[in-house]
Amino acid sequence: MKKYILLRAFYSVITLWLLVTIIFAMVRLTGDPVKMKGDVGADKAYLERIRHDWGLDQPLYRQYTSYIGNLVLGDFGHSFEKSLPVRTIYFERLPNSLKLGFAAFVISMVLGVPLGMLSALRVNTWWDNVGKTIALLGLSMPGFFVGLVLIIVFGVQLHLLPVLGKGSSAFIWSNPSTWVTFWFKDWQYLAMPAFALGWYFAGAMLRITRSGMLDVLGSDYIKLVRLKGVPEQVVIAKHALKNSMIPLLTLAGLNLLIMVNVAVVIEVIFNWPGVGQLLYDGLSNRDFPMVQGVVLMSGVMIVVLNFVIDVLYGYVDPRIRLSR
Amino acid sequence: MATITRRMPLIIDVSRAVRRSSGVAREAPFIPLLVLTLLAFFAIFAPVIAPHSALDPVKPTAEQCLAKYGMATCPYVDNLPPFWAHEGSLHTPLGTDFLGRDVLSRLMYGARISLVVALTGTLVAGVIGTLLGVLAGYLGRWWDHIIMRITDAWLTMPSLVFAILLSSVRGPGLWNIVVILAAVFWSRYARVARGEVLTIRERDFVKLAEINGVRKLRIIFRHIVPNVLNTVMVVFSLQVGIAVIIEASLSFLGVGVPPPEPSWGLMMAQERTSLMEGKWWLAVFPGICITMLVLSANMLGDWLRVRLDPQLRNR
Repeated sequence: MKKYILLRAFYSVITLWLLVTIIFAMVRLTGDPVKMKGDVGADKAYLERIRHDWGLDQPLYRQYTSYIGNLVLGDFGHSFEKSLPVRTIYFERLPNSLKLGFAAFVISMVLGVPLGMLSALRVNTWWDNVGKTIALLGLSMPGFFVGLVLIIVFGVQLHLLPVLGKGSSAFIWSNPSTWVTFWFKDWQYLAMPAFALGWYFAGAMLRITRSGMLDVLGSDYIKLVRLKGVPEQVVIAKHALKNSMIPLLTLAGLNLLIMVNVAVVIEVIFNWPGVGQLLYDGLSNRDFPMVQGVVLMSGVMIVVLNFVIDVLYGYVDPRIRLSR
Repeated sequence: MATITRRMPLIIDVSRAVRRSSGVAREAPFIPLLVLTLLAFFAIFAPVIAPHSALDPVKPTAEQCLAKYGMATCPYVDNLPPFWAHEGSLHTPLGTDFLGRDVLSRLMYGARISLVVALTGTLVAGVIGTLLGVLAGYLGRWWDHIIMRITDAWLTMPSLVFAILLSSVRGPGLWNIVVILAAVFWSRYARVARGEVLTIRERDFVKLAEINGVRKLRIIFRHIVPNVLNTVMVVFSLQVGIAVIIEASLSFLGVGVPPPEPSWGLMMAQERTSLMEGKWWLAVFPGICITMLVLSANMLGDWLRVRLDPQLRNR
């Protein structure tokens, strides 16, 4: 087991290194970090100064080594706009994104999993068609369109829910009393953005639950249990459900992280001050270190989670840890 | 009367023959194909059928100016509602936007942008990804290791976030989005193509070609690639929808297609303020267009996937 974990950790480090290298290379191959500044018609001397400040006038290999060196130390550079370390700003915003992500996650699970099960248990019936349609709509209706429709219906027409912002509750790192209360307040601000964000993932969860459940229901051990005369409810609750949940939960974990990171458009529409909005602000303020920092962080989070999932799989399933 | 009764069975016969002869035509999902054809038609013939220009304001009638500004003439009338509303007119069936431009015409030209960007972006990604995947799968050994490690690292990145990063260094522009889509999405094809090649590589016709001393390049292009294409096509059709959404999202954020051009995502972003004032229609029409396009592409993709994979046919 120890060997397995070490090997997975090694692979994760390689993936992480490849990831930051890809980002470094793509940024310099496809464009120019200073281009964002250049578009506003800044004069040449000013651009040269930025180039110098960011070390972009140095040879590539030196840029690369200092870039990697800084990342190893956890330094994502300084925000150009706010003259603060990117890391500081990022971690200030992260709890807001996590809150939105958790809520959207709950919505996607509550909508997707039961409907997917129902679809699979009543395959090719009316229920199944409803489930399939919802899944298809979930994957086809962009989250920002769902968000705008929600704003029109619940915000503008019915005046039921606030349209902008996250309310007054805040997560403050230096004030531990907010660490708990933050998550349970101002849900009326949370409802619409969380639904708009969770919508897509509800469709995805529905599909995966359905196909996973169908796989399990068609397997030999379920047939055996049925042949033994076990009541259908027990077959489903005890055997089918349990076995179809394992791949589902790992995917759900990954979805949660993806939701935290791709909420950019939703956060912009609802003016939700999370990391996605930080990314958007970075774009519109032409603040390249900020943009790169947020992108790098989302990559790091996903690689780390993948590692954790791999290790958990190794614990659960001996076949996996022995095969490598 | 007699002619009709004689002709009826003939029509039935013909339709039966058509249905019997081409199973594909019978099974193909009709509505998605219709929607896609319609959108493609709008995209291709937008300059001919669009009632107004996509970039210039519509010249208003004297009554409209009088009603809005109390003057006999005015350069344009903005935010007109669609024709069924009180102030709407059939002159501009879906109303006008915040600069007095015709929404219907802009939607038609917008189909052009969405289709061209999504299709070319996905196509370029498909070609690059498939080639790399085939190389990795067929050549094996360290080719496989290097290409697949890079692909895996690429796949960990959320596509929207990666696209935003690239757009921040390339700036807005139609062809920039194509480059970005290709750069972000090739990895999915590589993964799928490689998996497919691993089984094709062991098949007899490849082994026989190798024994006959056929060059590797020829084996790849004559024997491997044609057999991977089915699977790649499924990925392509499912990926187009995602590409449309990514383009719309980038345009919505202001880093996609630059302003005067009528991109659907951009149109939604521009009408956010009038939406808060209760003028919902302007933001909803482009949203419906995006949803219809993506929905049709996804349905077609699902159908293809089930058709090409017999194991899924009864799902």
